Amino acid sequence: MTLPDMTSAPPPPVDTHCPYCSLQCGMRLRPVEPARAGAPGVEIVERPDFPVNRGALCGKGHSAAELLSSRHRLTAPLVREGGTLRETTWPRALDRAASVLEKTATRYGRDAVGVFGGGGLTNEKAYLLGKFARVALRTANIDYNGRFCMSSAAAAHRAAFGLDRGLPFPMEDVARTGCVILVGSNLADTMPPALRYLREQQAAGGRLIVVDPRRTRTAEPADLHLQPVPGTDLALALGLLHLVIADGHVDEDFIATRTTGFERARASAMAHWPERVERITGVPVAQQRKAVELFTEAGTGMVLTARGPEQQSKGVDTVGAWINLCLATGRAGRPLSGYGCLTGQGNGQGGREHGQKADQLPGYRSITDPAARAHVGEVWGIDPDDLPGPGRSAYELLDTLGTDGGVRSLLLMGSNPVVSAPNAEHITERLRSLDSLVVCDVVLSETARLADVVLPSAQWAEEDGTMTNLEGRVILRHAAVAPPEGVRTDLYTLHELAARLGCEKGFPADAEEVFEELRQASAGGDADYSGITYDRVRKQDGVFWPCPDGEEGTPRLFLDRFATPDGRARFADVSHRPAAEVPDADFPLHLTTGRVLAQYQSGAQTRRTPELNRAAPGPFVELHPRLARRIGVGEGDLLAVTSRRGRALAPARLSGAIRPDTVFMPFHWAGPGRANTLTNPALDPVSRMPEFKVCAVRVEKAPAEATETAEAAETAEATGMVEVAETVETAKTAGESS
Amino acid sequence: MTRRIAVVGAGMAAARFAQQTLAHAPVGEVQLTLFGHEPHAPYNRALLADVLTGRYRPESIALPTGGADIRHGCEVVALDPRARTLRTATGESVSYDTLVLATGANPVLPPIRNLHSTVGTGLKEGVHAFRTLADCVRLAEAAANATRAVVVGGGVLGVSAARALAALGLPVEIVHQAPHLMERHLDEEAGQTVRRALLAMGAAVYTENRARALHGAEGVTGLELAGGHVLDTDLVVLACGVRPRSALAKAAGLTVRRGVVVDDTLATSAPDVYAIGDCAEHRGTVHGLSGPAWEQADVLAGRLSGARPHAVHTGSRVLARLSAGAIEIAAFGDVTDADRDTDVLRLTDATRGSYKKLVMRDDRLVGAILVGDLATVGDLTHAYEREEPLPPDPLHLLTTQGAHQ
Repeated sequence: MTLPDMTSAPPPPVDTHCPYCSLQCGMRLRPVEPARAGAPGVEIVERPDFPVNRGALCGKGHSAAELLSSRHRLTAPLVREGGTLRETTWPRALDRAASVLEKTATRYGRDAVGVFGGGGLTNEKAYLLGKFARVALRTANIDYNGRFCMSSAAAAHRAAFGLDRGLPFPMEDVARTGCVILVGSNLADTMPPALRYLREQQAAGGRLIVVDPRRTRTAEPADLHLQPVPGTDLALALGLLHLVIADGHVDEDFIATRTTGFERARASAMAHWPERVERITGVPVAQQRKAVELFTEAGTGMVLTARGPEQQSKGVDTVGAWINLCLATGRAGRPLSGYGCLTGQGNGQGGREHGQKADQLPGYRSITDPAARAHVGEVWGIDPDDLPGPGRSAYELLDTLGTDGGVRSLLLMGSNPVVSAPNAEHITERLRSLDSLVVCDVVLSETARLADVVLPSAQWAEEDGTMTNLEGRVILRHAAVAPPEGVRTDLYTLHELAARLGCEKGFPADAEEVFEELRQASAGGDADYSGITYDRVRKQDGVFWPCPDGEEGTPRLFLDRFATPDGRARFADVSHRPAAEVPDADFPLHLTTGRVLAQYQSGAQTRRTPELNRAAPGPFVELHPRLARRIGVGEGDLLAVTSRRGRALAPARLSGAIRPDTVFMPFHWAGPGRANTLTNPALDPVSRMPEFKVCAVRVEKAPAEATETAEAAETAEATGMVEVAETVETAKTAGESS
Repeated sequence: MTRRIAVVGAGMAAARFAQQTLAHAPVGEVQLTLFGHEPHAPYNRALLADVLTGRYRPESIALPTGGADIRHGCEVVALDPRARTLRTATGESVSYDTLVLATGANPVLPPIRNLHSTVGTGLKEGVHAFRTLADCVRLAEAAANATRAVVVGGGVLGVSAARALAALGLPVEIVHQAPHLMERHLDEEAGQTVRRALLAMGAAVYTENRARALHGAEGVTGLELAGGHVLDTDLVVLACGVRPRSALAKAAGLTVRRGVVVDDTLATSAPDVYAIGDCAEHRGTVHGLSGPAWEQADVLAGRLSGARPHAVHTGSRVLARLSAGAIEIAAFGDVTDADRDTDVLRLTDATRGSYKKLVMRDDRLVGAILVGDLATVGDLTHAYEREEPLPPDPLHLLTTQGAHQ
């Protein structure tokens, strides 16, 4: 027997996870000889042993390796000189970034420096970014785009159960429950591999009810599809609770032994009787009855919400009302039953647990809790009194950029608010009015183009780090390839910036080292990671938090008791109220926004993946044929959609699957077709979630001059990648000549 | 400083006003007290028919009041708007800064001989009004011991009461003056459809008939019709409409016509005195329905809490909506087709007991009826509320067949 030739054997494949949504599907990266210069050095293959997706990947996941080699990658830091972004060296860019942040703090005070993070960052980055804000910058003003994602469900979760973990059970339980009510989720498009669980659930005799103003691919195969007026999910949930009570489906024992507050919830349900709910929601009484029948005749049941009910100015109350339905029927804290939130972004869950939210410290601790401050202060080696207090929420932070008393200089990491923030034209103006903007990103996003300093980031397959998926399962991404030359990890960037701001220690650039500190900081908190190690994650296909040191993880929560002080779940005392903006004579239609299969969030990654961009090349306005006839437009006509905040242009796409009083726009694009130009920044009073899901608009055929603008933009969009490349190219040339 | 808002009445309008005001007013700014003559905290009157059938327990239909101070069983007998005080039946004088009249309505008692008890001032034994929870509880007890029932009145309330009594297993007869049931909301064919549905449940309907007298000395043994025919019965339910309770306002010198007259801000003729719900007359209209009452309550709560200080009430688009067991009815607007300027679209399915009708003037929907099959009720009511032009083929408002085309 001869030994294999170690020098010529290809390196072994690396097990990791998808860079996109909160499922965090397992995948394997196998090194390959690049077919062409600049092609990815790995290919994606199935990883059938990972339980969440059992090998399956969607188009986004399959094509993810394209991102690694994309010619749109930033490969050198950029700084703005004379109005133009030019390439420079890392030390110069870091010096410049640190100095502008410091200058602003000196001139306007520490809170004039802001930090804006993202729900796609690893736990380590989220943790270190939060620490960087509080310790290196000592600013209160840090928040992140996760505020736009699941903050309403998080607040409702904590209010009801005392703990916020997206799903209190693994996804595999969904396939085994008797009835699922899926509220405002189009997971067939947003997290396709999750669809398998619903298919299995129905195949096993379970029932599926989908609540959505659109008959999506997710709603199509449902046993029952309820199609409420946008912004009325709260009334619908209260109406179903009413029928549960009226028809004797209340679980008296469960309510008596495991909950508090039912009396008020019942009174509120009595104020939402079926005929009234029908008038508010447009969902006929017979369908409400059918929903309650399906939900209660099965022995077990779940309500799963997503952005539909959550991205409303009453998102917390709306989720609370759906949780009430679970509690009243005893569908919570029991096997195969409960309420869950289908988190959106890759690390939407972990991102909110470790300190990039304005009001939180690591371990899901409250920044106003003296004990939490003392604990975290000790881990960070600082006096708790030196920790800032709570800062502004995401929209409020962005809204005050460049204003008196607002943030004057911003460090932004892993987010693209020019596309993803509500009232986006206004937010773009705010970003432009900053003294300085420092952006860490993989590509030159629309927001990065406004920056004074751009620091190119390593991405998913190029660095180690943990993510926490929608189940609360902490998983580990491994570096499989080296980042391109000139690219650094965000941890390195924070390490270097901290050092320049006088914090030589406490900001390690090594992910596992950061995680070890995160474990200590989270110990004893709600999201306790102290028992989780990289090694353990590798061996167990992920570890579910809470996992205190020396204990096992917790795949299923609340089976014995809820995480409230008395162990009982709390009913929400909520009442329906209209959306912040309802249609009127000037703006007679509802606009609702969402996602399409081939794009992801602000499109920074997917719009630069040719295969995905071909599948979904640009924005559109979905409207009902009857509405189209009424306003005299046909398929493909360019439409002008106008709200009180601005106008967007996009071609008409006719579909009988949408309510005739509502139009839909996906929000993945910048430019004239940007849906978020229109959206309403009305905020939920508790979660500070903006009302992305409903505002009032007018729709008409675009005037001729607008058509020209849009055509020009469309051409730019189609060649958008070229344009981005050119911008950097110019910079490169300039950089070389300097 | 804390403002004291006194609400006379603790019915549906009062409860909604309290809940909405306290939900929106800054904490501690408003002290809100409801004075109700009924012995219960506010409850949902729209559910009484199903309290009668036993679907709801009487105590489970309580409405939220936002933590207002509730003085039930406490009748207000006098107001002094100038002194800003009210007086209760027990002689207590209470000061307020703002007063809201939500006194509701009383049932109309028809001119039937022998209707009243010979002792005391109440109705004769065996005769029941159907307005309050107490009425409902008494009626349920009586129904348990009765052999047959007659409902006087074939409007929404009468149909609802008859169906509930039939559901309890009692043979029921409805005596109705008009040519068909629910004539304020339905056309003749719809009324006939409802009549057939009631009959299938065990409730017979006699239209164009008036009740003249009750037979029986102690209790009731029969109801004599104007034509002389006597219906044997030992239980009579009166469902002949309601009349605003406005005596208190009138005595205090407020402008009262059919109801307490209010403007678009819900203000009465007296300073800082408002009126909402069944007792209020707005732009010449008195409603007697929970929908308009809650719209008025929301507007006034918006103004008085400061949340929407400029909110006004410009009227309500009234929808008659009844779910009475298997009988489902929705109707609104002008449903007659006598007018030559209107286009009418009808769908009748006798085997399924459904009847549907659209009345349009030009391209606008002016009225509609759905009986039996309400699959399109959501789209239909929205079309009515929005006043949008209809497409040339508005069949989708009557049937979901091909709804996605």
